[in-house]
Amino acid sequence: MIDNQGHPNRLGVWGWLGGGKWGAERYLYTLHRLTGLGLLLYFLLHIFVTSARALGPEAWKASMGRVTGPIFTVGEFLVFAAFAFHAANGIRLVLIELGWAIGKPIEPVYPYRTSVHEQRPLAIGVMVVAGLVALAGGLDFFILH
Amino acid sequence: MRDQRLWTWHLAAGAIILVLLGLHMIIMHLDVLVGIFNPGSPHPTDWVNVVARAKAGFFTFSYIVLLGAALFHGLYGFRNILFELGPGAELKKALNVVLTLGGLGLFAFGTWAAWAAGALARTL
Repeated sequence: MIDNQGHPNRLGVWGWLGGGKWGAERYLYTLHRLTGLGLLLYFLLHIFVTSARALGPEAWKASMGRVTGPIFTVGEFLVFAAFAFHAANGIRLVLIELGWAIGKPIEPVYPYRTSVHEQRPLAIGVMVVAGLVALAGGLDFFILH
Repeated sequence: MRDQRLWTWHLAAGAIILVLLGLHMIIMHLDVLVGIFNPGSPHPTDWVNVVARAKAGFFTFSYIVLLGAALFHGLYGFRNILFELGPGAELKKALNVVLTLGGLGLFAFGTWAAWAAGALARTL
């Protein structure tokens, strides 16, 4: 079980946004959590909505009819964009977690270079990928349909 | 040690989701740009396409694997967020029980839906 080892989390959820002079990666972390919670909520509802296919065509059409319209289209696009971000940022996090994107240890010689110098290009790269995927989704959702 | 193992499963589940949910998103939401696995009509949610996919054992299998991986990944991530807020030991135990039973219940329900839809599709 996770222990905070005697250090109370005084900032709570506020620490996701404030509490220090964070770099851009801190806000990717916050967005990762928010998109994760959003995707989880959508997924739990999605299980029930799509289970209607087990009951035949009428139940399926009725179920789909309840989630059709412009508001749902925009909502589904937001889910698609959240997936694009969460997936791309998740790849970045795994690469860093496994030590593949943090650079090699170097002597602390001025001007100092930190691991962030290695991680920042990756962060920018995955955000570009996420943006392109979301753009493709937007094209499909709103222009081509 | 237990949490280290669960964290490793969390990462592995993320990799599975990346592939299977990526495929699901392409089929369902990039249907004009890519347009795959929708043999009956251009719209992925049309019943004829739902039946066509449900008939394929691959989709039934992949839906169940995706369901399990996504439930574990999502609920474990949610648990970590809640635990980070510093609940007491009793509340942690209660959250573990609720999330585990809730996850297993949803997995059983979703698996039934995927299996029953496949069985129904094969009779049509």
